[in-house]
Amino acid sequence: MDTLIIILMDGLVFASWLFLISVGLTLVFGVLRILNLAHGNLYALGAYAGATSVLAYLNWDLWPYGTYFVLLLAAIGAGLIAGPLIERGLLRWLYHRDEVLQLLATYALALILDDLMKVIWGVDPYYAFQPMQLLPRVKLAGITYNAYSFVMIAVALVTGILLWLFVNRTRFGHLVQAVIHEPEMSTAMGINVPRIYVVTFTLGAILAALGGAFIAPTISVVPGLAVEVGVLSFAVVVIGGLGSPGGAALGALIVGLVRAAAVHKIPQMEFFTIYVVMSLVLVFRPRGLFAPEEERKI
Amino acid sequence: MNRTVRLMRFSLLLVFVLVVAACVQPAPPAGTGAPQAETGATTATEPAPAAEEAAHDTVKIGIVTFLSGGAAAPFGVPARNAFEVLIEQINKGAAPAPYDTPGIGGVPIEAVYIDESGGADTQVAELRRLVLDEKVDLVIGYISSGDCGALAPVTEELQKLVVFFDCGTNKIFEENSYTYLFRTSGHQILDNVGAARYVLQQFPDVATIAGINQDYAWGHDSWDTFSASLAQLKPDIQVVQEQFPKIYAGEYSAEISALQAAGADIVHSSFWGGDLEAFTIQGTSRGLNEDSVLVLTTGDTALPRLGANVPPGIVVGARGPHGALAPENELNDWFTTLYKDRYNVRPVYSAYHAAQGILGVKAAYEKAIADNGLGEGELPSLEQVVSAFEFLEFDTPSGVIKMALGKGHQAIEPTAYGITGEFNAKKGEVDLVNVVEYPAECVNPPEGVASLDWIASGFEGAVCP
Repeated sequence: MDTLIIILMDGLVFASWLFLISVGLTLVFGVLRILNLAHGNLYALGAYAGATSVLAYLNWDLWPYGTYFVLLLAAIGAGLIAGPLIERGLLRWLYHRDEVLQLLATYALALILDDLMKVIWGVDPYYAFQPMQLLPRVKLAGITYNAYSFVMIAVALVTGILLWLFVNRTRFGHLVQAVIHEPEMSTAMGINVPRIYVVTFTLGAILAALGGAFIAPTISVVPGLAVEVGVLSFAVVVIGGLGSPGGAALGALIVGLVRAAAVHKIPQMEFFTIYVVMSLVLVFRPRGLFAPEEERKI
Repeated sequence: MNRTVRLMRFSLLLVFVLVVAACVQPAPPAGTGAPQAETGATTATEPAPAAEEAAHDTVKIGIVTFLSGGAAAPFGVPARNAFEVLIEQINKGAAPAPYDTPGIGGVPIEAVYIDESGGADTQVAELRRLVLDEKVDLVIGYISSGDCGALAPVTEELQKLVVFFDCGTNKIFEENSYTYLFRTSGHQILDNVGAARYVLQQFPDVATIAGINQDYAWGHDSWDTFSASLAQLKPDIQVVQEQFPKIYAGEYSAEISALQAAGADIVHSSFWGGDLEAFTIQGTSRGLNEDSVLVLTTGDTALPRLGANVPPGIVVGARGPHGALAPENELNDWFTTLYKDRYNVRPVYSAYHAAQGILGVKAAYEKAIADNGLGEGELPSLEQVVSAFEFLEFDTPSGVIKMALGKGHQAIEPTAYGITGEFNAKKGEVDLVNVVEYPAECVNPPEGVASLDWIASGFEGAVCP
């Protein structure tokens, strides 16, 4: 029983992190129909922005618990700067191009962003542990957790709920849905589609940066962060279905739980199991578990 | 075929390619065997002072370390910094005895720096280019075991002196003999045999061990050596948990839970760089170091970086007597002061290995000059240098290095371990207590014996205090 609780807890912690990094990727694909290979770099950008902002904030000797807001603001700031720049500067030229060209262009962007971050932050690591160290330890099923793990779960949960409300309960969300289903008709009906694209891509960038900013206090922020994250987030969205935020949530949960179970029971198969699950899902649901329905046009 | 399905296929292909690419990454620093994930070698030619003269008036050395990628910040750049500052001082004749003559036998050193990133194939091409196009007199380099393994046979073909300064795989000279290849640092066996000896010395009641190591050759070899050594020294020891997360994973929440659940007396890790620091931060924030004693074989590199965030009671090594575990001697005082003054941080083990490399070359050349009665400014032939280098013993900031294995081509060095104590604000890092240094002959196999056979024999021939 204890092992089950531990697997559940570890799975949730990992899933919350995975959800934050993959939901933006799938949202951007749903609206813009572009698979952004530089998404992991936006996550890394969030991690750098979060770590440097926390360190700067603490230098001013302010209220230490304010660091959580600093992380949030850093992620939003990073997304607000990078999102419109990338969308207006690069992606808008690619919307009606071949998929291969889109993939190559976003891959090139990933390399550029990687080097740009080295130019800005150098190659030495950044540490900003303080937000994690402020919180107490919590004992659960005989295992000690840092309460920061619960912060990660809470951030993912709140983000997921807010995103759902935004897409389903706001006027702008309805416009986004209209663009997802019928971009040409939406334009004909007077919806400002380019504006929807900018806002959605910026939102995706903020979500990726949020994942990076909130993981930053638990890691050393170094060049190369984006690589592993990129692979995992693609696996999550493939399982969940490209273009579906709900699918990203379910995909993250499945990958998180499967990995946690493997770490505890068959550690040598830790990553293999993730791709086994991905393959199984694709055998039975080739477009992923939650792929949005596509209307057949005659 | 609609767009979504096509993109789904692209993304699947992409996941496949990325996973395969991640799986076939060559082994990282055997220094810790650092992996070579990034491409884009950069070349920087930095002639030392007085290198403006004709090529034959300098000793031109190709120096190869990671200048980009995940292994650059923890190892590659510190090594390059050490080469730079040492070559500058050697050329001025400002080093302490026995290295107080300018350059090498009076001839200035000219350095050509090359990035080790890009993988073994790239490095094989770069080595050929250094020898054939740049016309270097010798090459000192390589942090990655993967690179060293691929380059060793090429050195025979090129017939040029090559000195491996940091890579840690024990297999290079145990499986083959080489004429023009030398390695001036010890291999990974000493880290883990030393760790096993230290654990039993400090914690004689240890009954259970667990390990968390990266899932590639370096991690597996380190864990196998450590667990096999402990099993020899204390046969009833039990392995209760083995974790091998992917290199650069960064998030170890589930692994830490599994280690806590196993409740081993000792948790061993050969993590390095960002992985080491992330694991230390995440583990100690959850009290893993209070449930088990953490043994971090490259832990010294994290001490200056993590500062006051390293709790007491963690066993740390430095891949030899380096960094905070370096011995007190004139060369070490000079080297650490020089390095700190220039770079505002103390040197870590790759910088010490760099010092061993350049000082070993100077010692070998100058011995060859003396042995062959050459005059001022005359350089020895390749054969004369090779002959002088074999079985050479030379002073370094890490103590005396002996070219004792691999028919005189492979160095042995002592190793040292300590336990983290209180934070020392003046130093900016925690102090180490209970430091024990093990002589080279205690933690390295004798000449002609393969490391794993030596461990299996119960360390036959080991000379320990």
